[in-house]
Order: sequence, then structure tokens, then C-alpha cells
Amino acid sequence: MRKIIDSAIETIIFICGMLSIVFVVLIFGFLFKEGFSFFRNFGILKFVTGHFWYAASDPASFGILPLILGSTLVTIGACTIAVPIGVMSALFISEIAPKGIRDVLKSLIELMAAIPSVVIGLIGVITLVPFVKNIFNLPTGLTAFSGSIMLAFMAIPTIITISEDAIRSVPWKYREGALALGATKWQTVRRVVLKAAMPGIIAATMLGIGRVIGETMAVMMITGNAAHIPHSIFDPVRTMTATIAAEMGEAVRGGMHYRSLFAIAFVLFAITFIVNFMADLFLGKNKNI
Amino acid sequence: MIKLSPKLSQKFSYALLYIATLLAIVPVITIIFIIVKNGISAISLEFLTSMPKNGMREGGILPAILGTFSIVLCAITIILPVGVCAAIYLNEYAKDNFLTKIIKLSIVNLAGIPSVVYGLFGLGIFVMFFKLGVSIIAGALTLSIMELPVVITTARGALNSVPYSFREASWSLGVSRWQTIRHVVLPNALPGILTGTILTVARISGETAPILFTAAAFYVPHLPHSIFDQVMAMPYHLYIISTQIPNMPKNIIYGTALVLLMVVLTMSCIAMIARIYFKKRRKW
Repeated sequence: MRKIIDSAIETIIFICGMLSIVFVVLIFGFLFKEGFSFFRNFGILKFVTGHFWYAASDPASFGILPLILGSTLVTIGACTIAVPIGVMSALFISEIAPKGIRDVLKSLIELMAAIPSVVIGLIGVITLVPFVKNIFNLPTGLTAFSGSIMLAFMAIPTIITISEDAIRSVPWKYREGALALGATKWQTVRRVVLKAAMPGIIAATMLGIGRVIGETMAVMMITGNAAHIPHSIFDPVRTMTATIAAEMGEAVRGGMHYRSLFAIAFVLFAITFIVNFMADLFLGKNKNI
Repeated sequence: MIKLSPKLSQKFSYALLYIATLLAIVPVITIIFIIVKNGISAISLEFLTSMPKNGMREGGILPAILGTFSIVLCAITIILPVGVCAAIYLNEYAKDNFLTKIIKLSIVNLAGIPSVVYGLFGLGIFVMFFKLGVSIIAGALTLSIMELPVVITTARGALNSVPYSFREASWSLGVSRWQTIRHVVLPNALPGILTGTILTVARISGETAPILFTAAAFYVPHLPHSIFDQVMAMPYHLYIISTQIPNMPKNIIYGTALVLLMVVLTMSCIAMIARIYFKKRRKW
């Protein structure tokens, strides 16, 4: 009897183990099915390179180039801010800060990662948006620039945590070797530790990018949601994620507009798959020091 | 370019790193400070326990609190057993082969999918295909799939931290594989799994995009009765009152944000304290 129960439980465990594969395949299949039927009707080239997103007008135009550019602009902006700050903070936390301060900083960063994106969006709308509007004398503060700043805050915890892991996993003998040769502590950190931890830091950057591309609520509240091709970072933009979130409610189920949103989701899925896959490769590399 | 002496350049760079860390930390404190300072005046027993009135411009947020609570409860009941079982499989049973690699790749990929794509998937599968409608259960299932990779990863970490010798001792006494897991590995991994669960609760409470089309409603005049009800949820409610409703009194917006923030941060703090506590008590 006990043997039967044991093997029944082990079967359940095996099924649960397989579930992640099942879900990935299901999500891929589902997005592909809806997206593919859209591509057949509308044309994939026209979809990716079209300059106009007029989903609700008649005749509708489903060009996601402005959305892709919107996402790209916000992502580049956010990473320009978040990567240097994140990596430098990770260096500070793991190499310089005394133990007590390190623990406090790490807890604060954990709290930062926990703040819901709606709250970040709200703070952005109330404090940052009017500030950007006044300081750069713009017609509106709801711009890609404001979005980038707020998204940088959301990417920083990811970047710090993973870079810090990578920096810490650099073997002590590397540092001892450099110090024994008479290098200063900073020279050791910059020339030896940073170099050895590089794959992990690149992975951290990748995961940060993934987080920024996928962010929805804060971006929808701050970037102004104008679906046109941006000319500068001070233009309002609309990202792919915000388009899905904003328009799904009004799209007619099963209609062209509805399926076009699934097609966008498919594009997002493909992008994040590549980004995370690459991050994983770099993380794997880091373990082999 | 002037070449600095190594000592001076070290001082200079340390100062730079210090500033960067400040830049990363100060915004967190500022955000929490702004919300607490402006929101504290709105918090009262009435705000927490009454229905919204006058187009949500007055009254409380009780249905949103209960809505979030029921979604979180439902999602955790689904995800915890599944996630822990998956972690047990990966850590205790899986061999180092192609299948395991694929599972790990799937977990990495699931973790990276944007939350709004999960929302869309949930809408297509649970709301429409399984005809669950926009409901607590549809939202909870969507959130479960989304949080699965995180739960698996943390549970696996907890299982992995149980020393291998514990298992060997149990096996050498003739105990079967599952019995060893059940009576030796799981009890020792429980603190880690518990901490992970609290963090998952914190994250689920703050998620908006996945429940946007699967569970959340603009306004529901009654409290949730069953898992097939549409509900109001705190993050979605906050989104609506801060962007969609004109002339919304600021203190209600801040008050709602404060309640949401406090729920999430309290959970995270409890998890952090629990982790430190269990680490100190660990005997190996």
C-alpha cells in the first residue's frame, strides 16, 4: 500500500515538474495562433514596419513601428541611467561598505523591488512629470524621458542584486593575488574583480532590460501614450506593453484589433525570450570561474 | 588627461561609488516618505471598512482590500503545492539530462515574460476558453502561472540548503526516496519555503497588469461572494482613481497608495526578519 501511495505522489511531483514546459508551450502556442491569423490577414511586414497605429479608426492601420520605437527609446533611456548606478552601487555594497551598512542597504534594495509599479507610476505622475515639464519647458511632462527615469528605479534593484552576486562570487584568491602585487584596493576592484564578474554584470543588465521592456503600469501612466514615431526623448511615446493594457478593454473579442494586440504580445514574448536566454547564458558562464 | 596617483584615484572612485549608491537608495526612501506623509491623514477605521461613495470620491476601500485579499489567497493555494512539487522534482529527482535543461530554460523564460502578456494569456485561456469569466479564480490562475518560476526558484533554494548528508543518513536506514523527502528534507526546508511564500504574497498583492482583464472590475457595489465574482483590487483601484476619475480628492489617492504600500512592505519586512531569525537558529 505504502509503495502505491509513494509512486502516486512521485507521479504528481513529476507532473508538477513538467508544468513549466507545458505553460511556456501553451503561452507560445496561444499567442502564435492568434498572432498568426492576424499576420495572415494583415501581413507581417506591414505590421512591423507600418508607421501608423490607428487601431480604432476605419480603415484601421496596425503599424507597430512607433510602439517598437517607443519601447526602445524608454528602454535605452532607463538603462543609461540604471546600469551605471546599479553596477556602481553593487561594487560599493559588496566591496567597500562595512557589514552592518551592507545589510541595511541590501534590505532597502529588497524593499525597493517590492514597491508595486502602480505606486511608482503614481509618484512619477505627481512629482516627476510636473518637474520635467517645468525644467525643460515642455508642453507636457508625460514623456519618454520621465518614463525612463521611473523605469530606471524599477530596474536598479534587479541589476544591483544580480551584479552583487556576481561580484561576490569572484574567488578571494584573485583579490589577494592583485593586492600582493602592490595594487591598491581600487585597482584590484577595477582591473580584477570587475573583469572576472563581467559575465554576471552583463546578465544583470540583460535582466534589467527585460524588466524595463515588460513593465506596463508605470509606463502607461507616465509616458503620455501618444502612438507616433518619437523625434526626441522629450516626446510622449507609447510602448508595446502600454498599448496592450490600454486597448484590450475596448477591443472587440475575436476582431482584427483584438488579434493585433495578441500579435504585439507575440513580439514581446519573442523579445523577452531572447533577452532572458542570453542573460541565462552569461549567468552560466559566470559560474565557471 | 591628468594622471592621478593610485591613492587619489581610489579616493575619487570611492566617492563616485558612494554617490551612485545614494542615488539608488534615496528615491526609495523619498517614495515611501511622500506616500506616508500625504496618505496618513486619509487612513481611518472608516476608510478601511466602508464602501466607496459618490463615484469613489468619498468613503472607503473595503471592497478593494477584500478583493485583493481573496485573489492573493486563491493564488497562493494554487501555486504553493504546485511550485513546491516542481521544486522537489528539480532538486531531488531530476537527473542532469536534456529534459532538465529544457525545464530550467522554461523557468527562465516564464520569469521573463511581461506581466501584461500573462494578462492577455489569462484572458484568452481562463476567461474565454474555460469560460470562467472575469473572476477571482481566473485572475488567481493567471497570477499563479506568472509567479510559478519565482516560487520554484525560492523553494528549490530552500531544498538545496538542506545538507546532502541528511538524505544519505535517511537512505542508509532503508527509508524510501519520497519518505526521506517528506520527513527529513521538507521539514528542514520549511522555513525557507515559508519566507519565499510571504514574498510571493507581497508581489502578488501589488500586481496590476495580469488582473487587468482577468479579475479586476472598475466598481462592484457588493463584496465578493464566491470565487467566480468580479472584484475590485487595490492596485487596479489605485490606477483608476489616479488616472481615470477627474477631480479625485488627493488624500484618497494617497490613502489607497499607502494601504497598498504598507501591505506589500510589511510582508517583505516580515519575510526579511523571518529569514534572519531562521538563519540564526539553523543548526548546520
